[in-house]
Amino acid sequence: MSLLIKGGQVLDPINKRNGIFDVLIADGKIREIAPEISRELAYEVIDADGKLVVPGLVDMHVHLREPGREDEETIESGTFSAAKGGFTSVACMPNTEPPLDKGPLIEFVKEKALKVGSANVFPIGCVTKGRDGAELAEMAELYSAGAVAFSDDGNSIMRSEVMRRALEYSKIFNAPIIVHEEDKELAADGSMNEGYVSTRLGLKGIPKAAEEVMVARDIVLAQLTGGRLHIAHVTSAGSVDMIRDAKKKGIKVTAEVTPHHLVLTDEAVDGFDTNTKVSPPLRTSKDIEALIEGLKDGTIDTIATDHAPHTREEKETEYDIAPPGMIGLETAFPLVMTYLVRKGHLTVEEVISKMTIEPARILRLDKGTLTIGADADIAIIDPEKEVTLDVKNFASKSRNSPFHGWRLQGIIYMTILSGRVVYRS
Amino acid sequence: MRWKRKDLMGLEELEPWEIELVLDTAEACKGIFSRDIKKLPTLRGKTMVNIFYEPSTRTRTSFEVAGKWMSADVINVSVNTSSVRKGESLRDTLKTIQAVGADVVAIRHSAAGVPHMLGKMLDISVINAGDGAHEHPTQGLLDLLTIREKKGSFEGLKVAIVGDISHSRVAKSNIWGLKKLGAEVTVIGPSTLIPFGIEDMGVKVSYDLDEVIHEVDVVNVLRLQLERQRKGLFPTVREYSKLYGINRDRLKRAKEDLLILHPGPANLGIEITQDACDDPRAAITEQVTNGVAVRMAVLYLVLGGVSDNELIN
Amino acid sequence: MKSNLKEKTVIMDADGMRRALSRIAHEIIEENQGIEDVVLVGIRTRGAPLAQRLAENIERIEGRKIPVGILDITLYRDDLTTIARQPLVGKTEIPFDVTGTKLILVDDVLYTGRTIRAALDGVIDLGRPKRVQLAVLIDRGHRELPIRADYVGKNVPTSRKEVIVVELKEIDGDERVIIAEKAN
Repeated sequence: MSLLIKGGQVLDPINKRNGIFDVLIADGKIREIAPEISRELAYEVIDADGKLVVPGLVDMHVHLREPGREDEETIESGTFSAAKGGFTSVACMPNTEPPLDKGPLIEFVKEKALKVGSANVFPIGCVTKGRDGAELAEMAELYSAGAVAFSDDGNSIMRSEVMRRALEYSKIFNAPIIVHEEDKELAADGSMNEGYVSTRLGLKGIPKAAEEVMVARDIVLAQLTGGRLHIAHVTSAGSVDMIRDAKKKGIKVTAEVTPHHLVLTDEAVDGFDTNTKVSPPLRTSKDIEALIEGLKDGTIDTIATDHAPHTREEKETEYDIAPPGMIGLETAFPLVMTYLVRKGHLTVEEVISKMTIEPARILRLDKGTLTIGADADIAIIDPEKEVTLDVKNFASKSRNSPFHGWRLQGIIYMTILSGRVVYRS
Repeated sequence: MRWKRKDLMGLEELEPWEIELVLDTAEACKGIFSRDIKKLPTLRGKTMVNIFYEPSTRTRTSFEVAGKWMSADVINVSVNTSSVRKGESLRDTLKTIQAVGADVVAIRHSAAGVPHMLGKMLDISVINAGDGAHEHPTQGLLDLLTIREKKGSFEGLKVAIVGDISHSRVAKSNIWGLKKLGAEVTVIGPSTLIPFGIEDMGVKVSYDLDEVIHEVDVVNVLRLQLERQRKGLFPTVREYSKLYGINRDRLKRAKEDLLILHPGPANLGIEITQDACDDPRAAITEQVTNGVAVRMAVLYLVLGGVSDNELIN
Repeated sequence: MKSNLKEKTVIMDADGMRRALSRIAHEIIEENQGIEDVVLVGIRTRGAPLAQRLAENIERIEGRKIPVGILDITLYRDDLTTIARQPLVGKTEIPFDVTGTKLILVDDVLYTGRTIRAALDGVIDLGRPKRVQLAVLIDRGHRELPIRADYVGKNVPTSRKEVIVVELKEIDGDERVIIAEKAN
């Protein structure tokens, strides 16, 4: 089985390739990239004229909800959602039911993904048993079962001693501790950013300080221990500054930002649409400026979706008790293309790099490249085509997106996983 | 200009002329208060449902009286909040409203935005009877009506709102209304109870009541929720009362024609003393009367419609 | 005049209106054998100035003032619907007790009778008049209720497509009655 992608603009940041090339795929691997490859060599030829051919996107932060909440998402539906969004590799968070704090659970996810998945799935194991922030989980067992990183996800690790030991212990595997930075006391029962809008709407606010005090603490602990710290979904200008300083000092810290934190501000909460409730909350336009600056200068390494499916029943409720989170796999690329590239903040190469090789590096995955001999994980993008987002057409089992009805430019034309076409528009 | 809104969600969304229209209509409705027969046929055959997810005898009764004096069938649904599972209340409310075939719903809920969500889901009129710390539009309107009656106009009027601004929907609705009608508003309270960004609503902020009390025309005293102290937002009720309580001493330094308002029920001796309530400058009973008038006006406006007779003679 | 109306004929000018109101004033005095207990209540909007003019006429004849009030019937209408436009609620200003009076309701046009039905309800909620009579400037027919006027300025046969427009100087700046037709 061979596949020839003809005439597309091939963009492969790690190999510094950017030009019109043909790409030949055979046996699930990238066989050849050349200005002209004969059609006779391929079983199927894909005409990629006017399209971008890039490494399959990598999302290091998704929630697939399986096991436990298969009503919200399954490994099958979540990875198909990924494929529709151009993602060929996703790292899934361990806040399932039960949480992924034991080797066999990691193995279950991996095996299920191999069987029914439309994307590579890399599970993230728990830092602590039951994600309760008290005792370290058996990280070695998790790691050997296939966990690529450790995180307690939505549960910030409030006990500094536990966090210190986690950073130290994870050095054995050179795997990052991924943290959701939110001081539970400062955030209390808040449901949106604290500021003028929360005051206006009468919703309890979460101050930026709730994130920033934890970022500050964990940077200090990362310095103390030499462990690898990855800060999930950074939202505040203050956090960006601290991460920038930490990187300058050589502390092993990396960071991600979500498309929704780059596009929406707390003004979106006006109208009480619970799909705008996310954790951490949407901030302000000043923060967005700082986040974009952070992406540009490398302070923020990667764009990750924090794809968080919730059922309609869960979301159709009072704002202050609705569960936080929005789905993001199928909206990420068009949002990034429209709001970062078209607006001139980042080049398409920079964006592709932040969505492929950078997350692969953080998780030490052999992904995110179009190197000859690598797995043929490829996304073909139609950068000009406009689309009106319609949640009804999403592959995800859930519909919780505030971007329904938005008109965006740049869509996924085709997604190829190990040489197999898993999605065609 | 005619009222076109199906719902009343808050004063933030109202234009100044809409606020004036409610006040004018309320004033006309007050005409029946002095009659022996307090009954208008206006809403005959209409069903009004009052759903209160927070206990509030005062507001619920006021809505009930307003509906009954206009001949609506009024159904009170008091919800034992402890028996409603969190998150069930919205669906629960929808079912109740559909079951009784209501034409208008007045809803009180501890969560901001619930009336808003209901308004979007329902074709019938929804009146916000207070949602969390968001808005309490009928309270705001009755305060405005009381101020207009006593002061004539709002232009340049100096109004102080004293107390827990952070958690007060009454403060929010008052601020929007007063600013739209041209008054100057100062919010006064402990710094821990003044919310972020309140200045952006066009108000001045002060932590010192004594610095402001002598120069204001109206003081609206908010009810202090005593559980805020347990949450550590101020050290003791005693200290709060000392700094922000309205008492005889402070009133001595206030203007002779000061107007004192309180949404009730008051924590006597905490945010306001008994003798301050009894001061001739206080209009707390008028507020109760005006509450009924304003709610009648709002019911009429949200339920009102075309009259053929008006178009053709 | 409303922009969606097309003027057809003037059926009463300023002089005609003055003469009609003068005649009605005389008829009121005659019918009630004087003005003992007689009060006038104008129905908002155009009934109010008409009642005021009738009272002035009566005062000129009898040399004595009679009480005049204004009734707003908006809250008594039976046609409140959920469509967008609704009438503004005005104030009822009746500064006297109606119980025991010979109360004369005054309006500009009598048509279906529904306004008068609402006005009767409104008046009766205020007290118990000895007798209620009705004075109108124009009776255009097409009654939907068993109501008739005791005093009529002019009977004008109309079709339902037509509209009677009464203009008074106090409100409209002009002084005339016209028949108009709804333009489509």
